[in-house]
Amino acid sequence: MSILERHRKLTAIWSSEPGFKGWFSTVNHTDLGRMFLVTAFFFFLVGGVLAMLIRAQLATPDSAFMGPEIYNQVFTMHGTIMMFLFAIPMFEGLAIYLLPKLLGTRDLAFPRLTAYGYWCYVFGGTMLLVSMFLGIAPDGGWFMYPPLTGAIYSPGINTDFWLIGITFVEISAIAAAVEITVSVLKFRAPGMSLDKMPIFAWYALVTALMILTGFPPLILGSVLLELERAFGLPFFQAELGGDSLLWQHLFWLFGHPEVYIIFLPAAGIISTVLPVMCRTTLLGYGWIVAAIVALAFLSFGLWVHHMFTTGIPHMGLAFFSAASTLVAVPTGVQIFAWIGTMWKGRPELRLPMLHILGFFVTFVIGGLTGVMVAVVPFDWQAHDTAFITAHLHYVLFGGFVFPILAGLYYWLPHFTGRKRFFRLGEVAFALIFTGFHVTFLAMHWVGLLGQRRRISTYQAEDGWTAINLISSIGGFVLAIGIAIVVIEVALHAVTANRGKRNPWKATTLEWAMMTPAPAYNFASLPHISSREPLNDDPDLAVRLARGEGYLGDSGPGGRRETLTVNASSGQPDYHVIYPGNTRLPVFMAAVTGLFFLSLLLKFYWITPLAVSGVAFLACRWVWTLGHRGDLPDQPVGHGVALPNSIAVDHGSGWWGSLFLLTANATFFGSLLFGFAFLWTVAPGWPPPALFEPSLLEMAAGLAAAAASTAAIRRAIRANRNGQTVMPSLVLAIAGALVLGAVIGSLMLRTPGPSAHAYGATLLVLGGYGLFHAALGALMAGFLAMRVRRGFTSPVRRAEFPIVRLWIDYLAVVGMLVLLAAHVPGFLT
Amino acid sequence: MAPAGPAARSIATLWWVMLIGAVLIFGLVMILLGLSFRRRGAAADEARHIRVWIISLGLAFPAAVLLLLLAYGLVIGEQLLPRNNPEAVSVQAEARRWAWTFSYDARPERTTQNVLHIPAGRPVDVAVTSEDVIHSFWVPRLAGKIDAIPGHVNILRIEADQPGTYAGRSAEFSGGGYDGFSFTVIAHDAAGWDAFLMDGTE
Ligand code: HEM
Ligand SMILES: [Cu+2]
Repeated sequence: MSILERHRKLTAIWSSEPGFKGWFSTVNHTDLGRMFLVTAFFFFLVGGVLAMLIRAQLATPDSAFMGPEIYNQVFTMHGTIMMFLFAIPMFEGLAIYLLPKLLGTRDLAFPRLTAYGYWCYVFGGTMLLVSMFLGIAPDGGWFMYPPLTGAIYSPGINTDFWLIGITFVEISAIAAAVEITVSVLKFRAPGMSLDKMPIFAWYALVTALMILTGFPPLILGSVLLELERAFGLPFFQAELGGDSLLWQHLFWLFGHPEVYIIFLPAAGIISTVLPVMCRTTLLGYGWIVAAIVALAFLSFGLWVHHMFTTGIPHMGLAFFSAASTLVAVPTGVQIFAWIGTMWKGRPELRLPMLHILGFFVTFVIGGLTGVMVAVVPFDWQAHDTAFITAHLHYVLFGGFVFPILAGLYYWLPHFTGRKRFFRLGEVAFALIFTGFHVTFLAMHWVGLLGQRRRISTYQAEDGWTAINLISSIGGFVLAIGIAIVVIEVALHAVTANRGKRNPWKATTLEWAMMTPAPAYNFASLPHISSREPLNDDPDLAVRLARGEGYLGDSGPGGRRETLTVNASSGQPDYHVIYPGNTRLPVFMAAVTGLFFLSLLLKFYWITPLAVSGVAFLACRWVWTLGHRGDLPDQPVGHGVALPNSIAVDHGSGWWGSLFLLTANATFFGSLLFGFAFLWTVAPGWPPPALFEPSLLEMAAGLAAAAASTAAIRRAIRANRNGQTVMPSLVLAIAGALVLGAVIGSLMLRTPGPSAHAYGATLLVLGGYGLFHAALGALMAGFLAMRVRRGFTSPVRRAEFPIVRLWIDYLAVVGMLVLLAAHVPGFLT
Repeated sequence: MAPAGPAARSIATLWWVMLIGAVLIFGLVMILLGLSFRRRGAAADEARHIRVWIISLGLAFPAAVLLLLLAYGLVIGEQLLPRNNPEAVSVQAEARRWAWTFSYDARPERTTQNVLHIPAGRPVDVAVTSEDVIHSFWVPRLAGKIDAIPGHVNILRIEADQPGTYAGRSAEFSGGGYDGFSFTVIAHDAAGWDAFLMDGTE
């Protein structure tokens, strides 16, 4: 087969439907990555327009441009859009587009999940945009502190848009994080052991793990606040045993890691692009990996620095202040590793490099002011002033927007296959850089003079007029710079001429393909033996296109296929057949949206319909996978033959479940933390009446939990030995149902959920347990159906361990819920 | 920043120290960046680069600076704590949207709205709480801020060196009336404070 024939054949297998119809049915990571990036950039522009409105409002004293009602919506939406609808999706888009290309494979682990996440993001983002155009956007500030955002002080629907819309968007973040984690761990080119991964993959992996453990606390907070607003369960009302500080803990338990979730991918861009701009390799690869892992751990121990003024005991302040300054050390390691890289090589002032320099200047200042506000006494002055706003923009703009612009110009030739024609980028950089520093240096200053953040206006007597005007002018210069970037990119996409492959002479795999990238990425997969594959073999691209790598001959029945590797060693592991184009993800996202919409508009009769709809579609989703007959091991070239993914113990679905459960466990852990926090810190505890414990119920529940895990294990053993598995599966289902019943009784007997936070928390704990009992029963039932229809055999066994994970999780959660409810009653 | 009390003053000093330190560090980083563009002869080996850049500059340097800063910050934080002091005066501040009610231990039946009276030259412990949403008690020239949180009482120590009038602000966003939500602190000399406690003048 010639290169062209192979290209045609693979394109026929992998390409999306032509035209705009293809957008709705594509599951290809290149398409979806591009769609993510464009959408996120769109939201950046929306957020930027809002920023301009803010600066217009603050440019003059006694401004009559907007009243506080509108202004409060504007700054809340600016912060919310930038954090949730721009920064995180931008990372997701970049990772989705790049990872398979960097890792030398053809797609991500779960192509349909990528699409589902994208549509959840679009629908959730649209909800927020709609609220803005209707003038009923959230207005409580991007961190939404109750009681201000509770039903009493914010009775309108504004806050609900935030809580529900953002939760919807978070689903997409969790989906992408599962996707990225499993893809980095399993979907790589053969031979690429962990230490040979391109550095960006490490950043993406750590970031994804942080999303899995950082976002659940916020999702929990949003669920609790929405329950309080909609049904009067008083989690955050001090008179009823709640505590508004609980929200702050949950929010910042998310919010601080969030800052690093935004910064790390950007740092990943720097670590990838900078060495190429300096014609050298990254200095201290191992040190950088250690630094980002350390950063990830540390960042979960810092959240209290956002709460230094809330009356935290002195010891606590000292601890969190120390931890917050400490986190500067791994950041310092990275900064100096980069500067060392520049010393090692010969830096060239090309456009991406300019933005990297912009990053250095800005981010270092942001880091230094960050250390300042980590010192508690100073924070007591600076907190909630324009100084903080300025600091956070130095970190976010310096640490995210400049690197993204560097990445944009670096990968633009890859996205389009063209080379830059109009040299507008340099002008744009100068405007952005100057405009940014004028705007925000001024804001540091006016903050020190006492200007609070979030005020919609100030008086001429305050003496801030000139500084604010300067700041606003800077803001508009910055905006013009961004506009020029947009114009340049648009012109580039339509008019520039074709460029050559690998214009930067980079050594990573994404350049070993045609540009723009073909739908299948690589006609055959490389064997990796170093971190710089294109350095070892400059002709790699051609050899892969000729089919000389793995999977060079397209497989059974023209299906989309790839292979996975052992997570650490990079040895080939199993063979994967991907699903093709489908509208199922967009459809399922729409039904998920219906669920959220029914909560938002309080059409509660729709809610159960939407839930069943999602459950039904999820079953269909999984049902289409698998085979009814055993497949022989698949030869993948170079004398290697691999089992299919359904014929292994730990297939992709198992890995995905594992990481989804990690996020889920964090959610549950946060809930338990909230329970303990309220019990020990909130005013008005212990509650007037404890839950009436019942030894019988508790024993029944614990026994049922144990029985179901034992049963699913027996089912696995029986399947392996070719015996009948049905009795064991029925027992597992029965166990889950009994456990659910006991928990249901707990929920019914919970004392006064709307009278005290104790009852309210028990109700939520119970609801969580009940949901997992239902889910466990559903999954075991689904497995039973699969067994009956012949989708399993002693060889085709991959589905059993997945169900086992969920049943085990149910058992642990169920037991903890029962203990949390019954034990305090026994003790008194 | 024009500090008019010990707490605000030590924070201002802290700020100037940190600003100078930050400018120096920033200058250092920029010089190193700039020098990397110089044309150079043969490159040093990787291990040496790692020792210089990562271990010395990346690890040891920030760690040392931060330890110093942390110690300094802790000492100042310690001084700002409301410690037992026979001189200290206790007052209560309760916030609601958008007004403050102040009451005084020395004269329990007396309350004032939006104006807090304190004696100059004596430490004052303000017990801060809120009856609706979260607010924050901040008199920039006297001290840092502390939040007013429903169901919790937080204590902030403030002190004014000289008698005078100081602007106070509520620095936690509280919805529609937040812009204008401010108050005043009047520091009296000893005679004025006695007079305030004795009669009803505001
Ligand atoms: C395009 C240039 C930008 C300008 C001119 C700008 C300007 C501003 C201004 C003036 C405020 C504060 C208003 C106040 O509280 O007094 C603000 C708030 C904020 N900005 Fe930006 N911003 C920009 C980009 C960004 C980016 C890229 C991000 C994040 C990735 C971001 C995140 C935030 C957040 C989180 C807030 C706080 C909102 C709140 O208080 O609830 N901004 N921005
Ligand atoms: Cu933080």
